[in-house]
Order: sequence, then C-alpha cells, then structure tokens
Amino acid sequence: MRKVVIVGYGMAGARLADEIRRRDPEAERVALTVLGDEAHPAYNRVLLSSVVAGSLPADAVRLHDPDWAARQRVDLRLGGSVGKIDRTRRVVHVDDTEVAYDALVLATGARSWLPPTKGLVDADGTPAPGVVAFRSLDDCERIIAAAGPGAPVAVLGGGLLGLEAARGLAARGCLVTVVHPVGHLMERQLDAGAGRVLARTLTGLGIEFRLGALAAEYLPGEGLALDDGTRVPAELVVVSAGVRAQTALAAEAGIEVDRGVLVDDALRTSDPRVHAIGDCAQHVGTVSGLVQPAWDQAAVLADRLTGTAPAARYRGTTVVTRLKARDVDLAALGDVHVEVDAPDAEVLCFQDPARGRYAKLVLRDDRVTGAIVLGAPDAAAAITQLYDRGLPAPTDRLALLLGRALPGESATASPADLPSSAVVCRCNTVSKGQLVGAWRAGATTVSALAEATRATTGCGGCKDAVCGIVDWLAASQPQPV
Amino acid sequence: MTDTHCPYCALQCAMSITGGKVSPREFPTNRGGLCQKGWTAAELLTSPARLTTPLVRRDGELRPATWDEALDVVADGLRRLRAEHGPDAVGVFGGGGLTNEKSYLLGKFARVALGTSQIDYNGRFCMSSAAAAGNRAFGLDRGMPFPVTDLDGAGAVLLVGGNPAETMPPFVQHLRGAELIVVDPRRTATAELATLHLQPAPGTDLALALGLLHVAVADGHLDEDYRRERTTGFDAAWRIAASWWPERVERVTGVPVADQRAAVRVLAEARGAYVLTGRGTEQHASGSDTVSAWINLALALGLPGREGSGYGCLTGQGNGQGGREHGQKADQLPGYRKIDDPLAREHVRKVWGVDELPGPGRSAYELLDALGQPGGPKALLVFGSNVVVSAPRAAHVADRLAALDLLVVADLVLSETAALADVVLPVTQWAEESGTMTNLEGRVLLRQRAVAPPEGVRSDLDVLHGLAVRLGQPAERFPTEPEVVFEELREASRGGPADYSGVSYERLRRGEALHWPVVVDSTPRLFLDRFAHPDGRARFVPVDHRGPAELPDAEYPLQATTGRVLRHYQSGAQTRLVRELAEAEPETYVEVHPDTATRAGLAEGQLSAVVSRRGRTVARVRCVPSMRLDVVFLPFHFPGEGRANLLTNPVLDPTSRMPEFKVCAVRLEPV
Repeated sequence: MRKVVIVGYGMAGARLADEIRRRDPEAERVALTVLGDEAHPAYNRVLLSSVVAGSLPADAVRLHDPDWAARQRVDLRLGGSVGKIDRTRRVVHVDDTEVAYDALVLATGARSWLPPTKGLVDADGTPAPGVVAFRSLDDCERIIAAAGPGAPVAVLGGGLLGLEAARGLAARGCLVTVVHPVGHLMERQLDAGAGRVLARTLTGLGIEFRLGALAAEYLPGEGLALDDGTRVPAELVVVSAGVRAQTALAAEAGIEVDRGVLVDDALRTSDPRVHAIGDCAQHVGTVSGLVQPAWDQAAVLADRLTGTAPAARYRGTTVVTRLKARDVDLAALGDVHVEVDAPDAEVLCFQDPARGRYAKLVLRDDRVTGAIVLGAPDAAAAITQLYDRGLPAPTDRLALLLGRALPGESATASPADLPSSAVVCRCNTVSKGQLVGAWRAGATTVSALAEATRATTGCGGCKDAVCGIVDWLAASQPQPV
Repeated sequence: MTDTHCPYCALQCAMSITGGKVSPREFPTNRGGLCQKGWTAAELLTSPARLTTPLVRRDGELRPATWDEALDVVADGLRRLRAEHGPDAVGVFGGGGLTNEKSYLLGKFARVALGTSQIDYNGRFCMSSAAAAGNRAFGLDRGMPFPVTDLDGAGAVLLVGGNPAETMPPFVQHLRGAELIVVDPRRTATAELATLHLQPAPGTDLALALGLLHVAVADGHLDEDYRRERTTGFDAAWRIAASWWPERVERVTGVPVADQRAAVRVLAEARGAYVLTGRGTEQHASGSDTVSAWINLALALGLPGREGSGYGCLTGQGNGQGGREHGQKADQLPGYRKIDDPLAREHVRKVWGVDELPGPGRSAYELLDALGQPGGPKALLVFGSNVVVSAPRAAHVADRLAALDLLVVADLVLSETAALADVVLPVTQWAEESGTMTNLEGRVLLRQRAVAPPEGVRSDLDVLHGLAVRLGQPAERFPTEPEVVFEELREASRGGPADYSGVSYERLRRGEALHWPVVVDSTPRLFLDRFAHPDGRARFVPVDHRGPAELPDAEYPLQATTGRVLRHYQSGAQTRLVRELAEAEPETYVEVHPDTATRAGLAEGQLSAVVSRRGRTVARVRCVPSMRLDVVFLPFHFPGEGRANLLTNPVLDPTSRMPEFKVCAVRLEPV
C-alpha cells in the first residue's frame, strides 16, 4: 500500500484527500496521512466572504464533519508543526515524530502579503492591533468582532477578494473605504471602463473609494494616512493586497522553487516523490491562488497516486473570475485587454454606467476569447458557457451581449395580425383559420366555438385569445342598419 | 353513457363514452378539460389497425391463428425452454399503462406460473428515479403525496424537468394561481408559462439543485425548526452543497446567479410552495441522486409533510403509480413490498398459496440487454410495451429480441415490437374492459367497461389465465374477472406500504375519492404527522453532482435530449394510428438553434441525420432560436429510422437502474 502524506489541510489538501478516497474508498491502495497546521478542521475559503457578510456562520463553511477522518480512514494530525522534509529517508518531521511517505504532497497554500505601510506590521511580523489580513477563518472572526454597524473600516486592496470583503462589511453596516493603488478596480481582470462602472455600482451600495492612492502610514485608532496627504478614518483595516505562496518547507528541502513550488504536468516537483498542488504550486509560470485550479490538480493527482489513471496530466485551468458580492453581478474571463478597434479580433463593447451595466466581448475565429460582463447576469452566464465549452458564438452578437435586456418578441399580437395557420389552442391544435371558419358557420360565442372546434377545452389557457378572436370578428362584421 | 377515464397519461382525465364518442367530464384532476389525445381516444376502438386475431410466425411471416393454437405455441415454447434452461430462461416485460389488476396478475404469473425472477417493466424507464429518491427521503413513494387540487392554492411551484403543457395539458389549470418556476434546458410550452425559466445545460440539474440549497441556506431561508423537528441528515447534505456556491453552479449549469437567488426567494416567500419533478431531471444515470437533491431543497424550505406545500413527482404513464406497486417490478411484490424482505415474501406466499417465490431479477434495460445471451432469458413475454421504440439504444434492443427463441407480444395494435414477435396476442383496451388505475396523486380510479371488444380479442387477464392453465396451474389461481383479481390484490397489498385493502369496486363505483393507503379511510395527504421512516423523520440524502455520462467532444460536439409532444403518447404505437394526431404531428423532428443548423449545413425543413456513438436517426430540422447552441431535441414517439432512442445512452443509475435518456453526445449531418 502506498503511503501518501499531504502537508496542508486547506482547500487543496482536503480536496485531494476526498478525491483519493473517492477512488479508493476502502483504503486498499493508499494509506493516507494529512498534516494540518491550523487547529480546526479544513474550511471552504471561498465562502469566507459570506462569513464576513454574515450570510453563513463559521461552522457552515467546514469542509468535513468531525468524524470525517475516522470514517475515511485518514490519519489526520492537526495543530502540529511540520519541521523538515528528509528526502533521503523519505520522512517528514512533525514536532517530535517522523511520518514516512512514499509520495509527499505539498498543499501548504499561501499567506497574505502585507504592504510595507508604516505601522501596519508589528516588530514580530504580525499585523498591528486593528489590522487584519483577510485570509483565514480566524481572520474572519476578528473582522466580525471589530466590524459593528457604523464602524469605519478601510480595506487595503481593490482586487477581487478586497471588494468581496468590502461588500460584506458594507452589508454589515460598516462605513467602508477601499484604498487601491491603481487607477481602477480589479485591474488584472477589468479594463478601465469596466472598473469605473464597477466603482460606481459599489459606491451606490455605500462603499467609498480612494483609487490611485497608497497607504503611507497606519495610525492606530485613527486610520490610514495616504500618500496624497489625505486620511481615511478606520477603526479596522482589512488587508487584501495579495498573497505569497508558502514555499519555505520545499525550499529548505532543496526542492526547486520560484514564486511557487515548481511542478510539471504530473504535479511533480524537482523530486519526483514530492508533489505540490494548490496555492503553493507554480505550474507553467502560473501560481493561481484560485480554488478551481487547486481542485483540478487534486483530481489529477488522485488519479495518479491511486493508480486510477497513472498517466493523468494537469493541463491548466480555464479561469473565469466571478465577483461574489450581493447585488453586483460581474464576470470576467480570458484576455480582455484588447482595444475595440484591434485588427486581429472582433471586439464589442456596451456601456451603460447609469444602470451599472458594462459588457465587453472579445472574439477570435468566432469563439469568445475574453469578456467582461457587469450588471447583465444572464449574458454573463451565457458567455461563460460559450467560453468554457469552446462553442462558436451565436451570429446575433448583440442579443448575446445584452441577454434578456433585449426586448422579447411582441407578446400579444392582435388577432387581426395572426396568420390563419397560427395555432391558438395548443392542447387541441386549433388554428385561427379553423376558429374563423367555425365562427362563420355560426359558432359566434366562446362556448359555441369550443363545441365546434374543442378550442379552450384542454388547459383553458387560450380562452382570452379565443375571446379576442370572437370580439375581433364581431367588430369587423358590417353593422346592421 | 359510461363514465371512464382517458387511456393515456397519469392525470387520467375523467371522460364519458356515449356511442363510441368521448366527452369530457368534471373531475378534480382535469376539471372538464381534455387534450387532443383524450378527445380522439375513441378512434382506436374502431380503428382498422386493430388486431382481432392472434398471429403466429410461420415460415418467417406472422399469420392468423386461433387462440388455442397461439396459446399452445407459447405454452409449449415456455415449457421447453424452462425444462432446458431453468425458470429464469423466460422473461416478462410489463408496462405502466396496464391496470392494477393486470400488473398484479402479471407479477403473480411470472413468479408462480413461470417461477421466473426475470420480470420488469417500462416504468423502470419512467418513475424509478423519483421512486427511489422518494423512498430514501420519506420512507414511502407516492408520486404526489397530496391531491392535485392542493396545487390550486400554491403561492409558488418549482417544476423541474416537466412539460405538462404538452404531456398533460389539463393539469396546467392547477398551476394558474402560482408563481411558476420551470427548470428545463429547452424553452418549452410550459417554460413559456413561467415567471422564471432556469435553463441548465442538459445533465447539470443536480448541480443546480445543490446550488439552490446553498442559496437557501446562505440567504437565510432554511426552516430551522422544521429541520430540527422533522428531518435528519442535514449536516452531511450541507457539507456537499456548501461547495456548490452559486457562482460555481452558474459556471457548470449556465443558470445565472441572479436567477438562482430569485428562484429560491420566490419559493421561500410564497404562501405555500411546491417542488415537482418530471422525467427531464429523473431520466439520468444520476437521476435518483438528482431527485434527492431537489427533495433536499424542499426539506430545507420546510415544504414536505405540511398541508399547503410539498414535494411531488409528475407520474407519466396512465398507471405509472399503480403499475409500480403491485409486483411487475423486478424487486417488488404487491403492496409496494420489497421482494427481499422475508416478512413480505411470507405474506404474499400465503395469499398466493405457494411454497416458493423467486428473488429479485434484472432491471428493465439489463433484462433486455441479457436476452439471448448466455445466462439470459431465451423467451420474453411483453405486455403493454413497445420496447424497440421506447428503450434506450433501441437498435441493440431489437438485436437482442431477434436473438430470442420465443418473443410473445400482447398488444391491441401491431406495434413495432409486436411486428418482431413469434406470437402476437390481440388484447382488449381501456374502454373494452374494467379495471382500476392509480393516478398521479395516488387516487385509485375505476375505469368501467363501456363497449364490447371486437370479436377475437381477449383481455390480458384471459391470456394469463390461458397460459397459466396450460402450464399446469390451477384455473382459480388466475381469475379473469377484474373485480375478482382486485379482491385478491387487496389481500396481497394488506399491510404493505401501498395498502389497498380498504379499496373496493363498490366504493369506487359510489365515487369515493380513495387515495392509498386505504385500510378503512382514504389518505389524501401523507406525512402530515410523520414520515414513513421508523423514526418518523424525513432524511436529507447527501448527494453530489456527477454530470452526464457522455460529454461532447470533437466528433460528437452537441448534446441531444429527448422528450414528448402533445399529440403523441409514449412510443406512439396508439396515437400514431389516430388520424387527427398523426396529421398534426406526422413525423419526427429535431429542434436546433438556427446558427447550429447553419453550421451543420442544414436549414429549416431539411432532413438531418443525428448521429451518436450508438446509432443514427433521421429527423426533419426545426430551427428554434431559444435552443442552446449546443443542444438538440428529439421527440421519441416515432418508429423506424426516426427513433430517438437509436441514439440514447443505456448507462444506468446505480440505484434506480434508470437509463440516461435525457443526454447523450451527438452530431448533425445533412442526409
């Protein structure tokens, strides 16, 4: 039996354990050990913004039940600290013990990056009092404890997670100001136009913005002093300025590391017995920091480690960015930094800032290669499907871009405009022509028409339409003198 | 004038027959409405296509024979094959259109006269996923555990994978007062009636249901008191749903996050809400789990087991409910008893006066797949089913039938399956015989004989009697009078989950509304005090999304889904013979987005080949702009090279053994 040891019990590590047991439910092929440094069980990091927003309690985001490890025959060790990897003897040191492995998986994740703002970090490298990085469940609990209604809060960072936190805090009644060093929000995923419309939408939800401004100094109890000389009052500063992969363990063991632990398509590091997945891994230049790549990697690695598909390969993950913030509907995907008049692409752009709508669609060879869709929920869903499935886009690009905003077909045509062959009563296949014929033959009321043609005798849904035809026919008759 | 009910779907619309003509009748289910199928139902009573003499294949051709000749051929064949290969060499395939009496006697015939375990029926293709999920959640499966008329008071209805505006039009009257949310990959006639249409990619319903459960919890709509007092298992179900946040669900299903939230809000805030499922969400290799996911949503919102709200499934076939209760299913005995339950076996053995009963047999598709194979049946008796049109991977099923030593089909017309038979037995139809049907709300209905059958035609009960006697059974063990059979069914079902012991023809003739279980009183609403599990609680079932068994690829880039149209019923064996219906819907077609048609070199009205890994269907193109670009739709009612089931994937649900009718990978080609 192969001894697999997973270092890290976060979203990637927990998922890998699940995927392995899905393929090897009776623990016949893999003996599984999971080492977690946090004291509490794995939780779903994606839902932390829901915890901050107050829509989910902390215990609702746990990934596993308390008896999960026993039920799944997993040796789960929490709260220990992994000291060192001995690659020659193939053991991991945990506190005073050794854990032997045949295959080791690093799923150590990432930690928050704190900008070099004066006063933000204490001498020991931890956030100063009143400063919380938005990364872990404990962070959420600290944020919630400090973020009462009416409390001024500054969010450092106008990227995806920063905005999700800001939206959640605003929903709690905090007075939120987002400080972002770039001129528009979510600059990695959005162009300037979309960033402006997004800021306008969020402003409408009570969030203030300081764009293109750097926090120069944290003043405990007061807030932030910005580099433009202004101040942002804050009882709490939430930092969401990016993350760094946790690579120290790998580096110390002599495994090749760049911004993350380098892995190939088999998710192997420079030591073929050691693997890395999730936020700590760097695959073809990408350190993703997103959950979908971590899950895709977990599935591939489980295929390999259980022998289910020993040749399985990870080829990257198509990323669709979706802001999880109530009353804001934003999707961004692919390469959107393309000018409308770019010669090698077909680019459509629609802007309606007053209604919070912005849509940009980039197509090449009839396929969607990039899109930003803000404030058009159904268009976002449809375009994402086209992108993910590699489908040719519909010829009616405008309808695609606008989704349901496009006016539908006229709902109720006048009876006069209906073609004679139009079916009025679907339940009994009765056409307008048949109704007109029956009316001319003397069936001049709805009940007489029902008798003659069976129209209205199924679900009855066409009764109004048949009434309309009766009225129309009666009105179009020459009046007796 | 005789009062009866329509021969087709499970709504069992009330009608009267006078001089061979049908007229609608006031009744709570159909409120005096009939669709075109119902109005024209009497045409088959006098159709020249009607079989009136047994047929026996001689020199490769079906030729008229006397009843004695035909039954002797069958009985001799059965005896011989049984002697050579054992009792399981004979299989029986029933139907959800058969009356309770026929379903019951067919099951008894198989297990007693043939001694075979190899019996199943086409309801496996119909209700099995909903039944499995209902049993898991509630401890009992009655499609609608409340009268249909309760829906009149609903504030909101979530209808998942059902298209009643086409399949049971008069039912739509009961949805008028509610905010209707329809889940369907197509913009169907029913979706057109909805205030909100969720249009998931085929085979992603389970992800959608998980997402709606997630939203229900995250948006504060979980009924906490109900969860605590009336259910178990929420935590495990939530652990899975927690990983299906709405943005992830949108990406998998294509249903916008905003619509997911809106749907849950409408249900949660309605004055009374119902979740109803149909074949669209059930006919998948993950159908049972998918229905469980919808039931989980209903439980989270606190709907089932309370008057004025609930979960139900829309049963399809005329006796789809009763047909699954009385013993033509491979794993069941009468009264919805489990065949592997020793007490159930003991009870039924006593009622039947026999010492031995076979155990569980193969499910419908597995039975068909095994025909003529080593260890599989060598003979098959088919009652009320047209499997070469309605079963998945239909060409393979036809091959299996051809490999039999003996195929016997009892039907009223020469269906496509009957045409392949060695012996065809012409049997009575609805208005020519009496019998009971159990409609979609679990109400037992009496269909009374209204006209005399044509000369030469016998009832299925007569056929079973004739064969049983020839196989050495005592004559009285296989009665031919429906009411006598029903009296025995009452005893056989007594004490079972579907207890009919208090139902009698006399009470039904008086017009009593009897919803099972009926020991003395009717039970129109189940679960009001407790669910049927021993602890009285409903169970959340932890289920996860798996997706379709076959995904599109470069060779087969589209997904095909199959379904029904208003003018035809099931395999179309009957409705294609009704002039008015055949004229309105004469041939099969494929609905496709106009862009997709253009890309395949096709245009409206042209013939297209639709090709899957299992076969090729030819259908006329209908361009429908509301279709997804990657999905095509075909109705399955048509024969020959127009059979949609030439394409379908026979991969089975691990629990219900339901095949994956609703999604497979295909491509379009000009013909």
